[in-house]
Amino acid sequence: MGAMRLEKLSFLLPALLLIFIMVIYPILATILLSFNIDIVVGAKVSDKPPSLENYFKAFSSKELLNWKGVETGTFPMGALIHNALWVAIHLPITTMLGLLLAVLLQNVKGASIIRSLIFLGMVVPMIVGGLLIAFSFDKDIGIVNFLLNTLGLKMFVKTWTTYPDTALFALILGSVWLWTGFSVVTYSAGLASIPKEIIEAALIDGAKFRTILFKIIIPLLKPVTVAVVAMTIIWDLKIFDIVYVATRGGPGGASMVLSILMWDYFARVTDYTMSATIATILTFIILPIAIIWVKLVMRGR
Amino acid sequence: MMRGPIKWLIVNVIAWIVGVLWIMPFVGIFMTSIRPFKEIVHGWWVFEEFHPTFSKYFEALFHPSYPLWRGLINSFIIVIPSTIIPLILAALAAYAFARFSFPIKNYLFLTMLFMMTVPQQMMIIPIFFMLHNMKLLNTYLGLILVHSSWGIPWITFFLRNYFTMLPTELEEAALVDGASYRQIFWRIVFPVALPGIVSAAVLQFAWVWNDFFFALMLIYDPKRMVATQILPLLKGQYHIDWGLLSAGSVMVMTVPVMVYALLHRYYVKGFTAWAIKK
Repeated sequence: MGAMRLEKLSFLLPALLLIFIMVIYPILATILLSFNIDIVVGAKVSDKPPSLENYFKAFSSKELLNWKGVETGTFPMGALIHNALWVAIHLPITTMLGLLLAVLLQNVKGASIIRSLIFLGMVVPMIVGGLLIAFSFDKDIGIVNFLLNTLGLKMFVKTWTTYPDTALFALILGSVWLWTGFSVVTYSAGLASIPKEIIEAALIDGAKFRTILFKIIIPLLKPVTVAVVAMTIIWDLKIFDIVYVATRGGPGGASMVLSILMWDYFARVTDYTMSATIATILTFIILPIAIIWVKLVMRGR
Repeated sequence: MMRGPIKWLIVNVIAWIVGVLWIMPFVGIFMTSIRPFKEIVHGWWVFEEFHPTFSKYFEALFHPSYPLWRGLINSFIIVIPSTIIPLILAALAAYAFARFSFPIKNYLFLTMLFMMTVPQQMMIIPIFFMLHNMKLLNTYLGLILVHSSWGIPWITFFLRNYFTMLPTELEEAALVDGASYRQIFWRIVFPVALPGIVSAAVLQFAWVWNDFFFALMLIYDPKRMVATQILPLLKGQYHIDWGLLSAGSVMVMTVPVMVYALLHRYYVKGFTAWAIKK
């Protein structure tokens, strides 16, 4: 029996070892670093005494929360507000659009091609996605401004990513374009698992499309909706590549988000404990959503 | 759900308009990448003159400071081991989670799930210093190690679900016949689970290829930079050279798009299983 136990252990051990050293331990070390406690092996990252000063500094900094901007409604408002705006705008649009398109595409010829086209944004590197957003919002060669021009909305025609009042919105709208493929494909998979008989029976009973959508499809797809919502929020909070390549958080911090701020403290300011603090704040904001998602997954087992 | 041919036609036309509009930015960078800038200053959709050229592609590939050909090769050097290593380690672990019972199994599985939601930013600072200590900063090996570790939780989760759906009769019979778990895994489970393993490989490959943050933090020598890192550096200091950026973008995205096109079924299957557990 001993040999067998050893054999079983050999399945688990290499993977566990690697993630303990390379993932779990660094996560714990980052949390401690945010309190100036340094447990990083063989390197002196911080020699300050343990304290909460990083958190005081973070929450009183304009980069994280700029009350003046919030009061006057001008950017920058601080990374926390920008991330919150991102979720508040992106989440409802992308979820509803995804469901709508998934339902619509059920009766369309060549639906799988259209789905693939919409999904393309999820396939390409986010760095390319960010460049595409900046490109599409360019004053002269951007398709968005071409459409605005054609629709007669000339006052909105400009290079969106270079002005404080529009940079963040350009990125958020661009992220809708990139990420909707996720909800379309996930909802489509969910729709395919609804038995056809249920909907057919409802149709025979004379139910209207709206009734079927709200009384059958949406309730049955609730687990899918929870997954899409949780994943979208987590993705919005983590957003990095798009912002880095399109605006780098600018102009003047007008599109600064938490992950960029973390990188900024690390690479530009080289204040590693502040950088760890921002990372920890980001992770603890994600945590409640992560718990909802984990609960959903565990229930599915 | 929609009845009547006219309604059907309207829905189809709307869906196709949406689909075509959706990929306009992609059409845009492609057009910008193959046309001289003076032709597109009033928009790439203007076709008064049309002289396709691949010069921007060569310019990006052989850029004097940041040659993209090197980035593309570096990406392959990073991506291939970063797909194979976690796949093997996670497949073994996933088998243990699916078939064996051991103490704290549920806690370990929960930990794996939570690690799938943690941002990369949360582990990179200590990793940076650890790699620096081991002289692995700014090396292929260091980045491969980080990507491999980061991939293990989600691949373990994904393959555990896959393995639990497989019938166990054959494995039990082999066990009775005196086969070891190792033999059972490689001879019976692995071949049967191949579609699931390919799904995981395709997604891991695409995600590592597409990754930018880890590379940005851990590689700083232009000779070792991956493709996604080189791309923003082609931007230019004073004015944005969209032709160059477009050509670079097309080349960098070609690899994941090809993987998606060729292994579409595996890609989508892996993707939906990752987001919603059926």
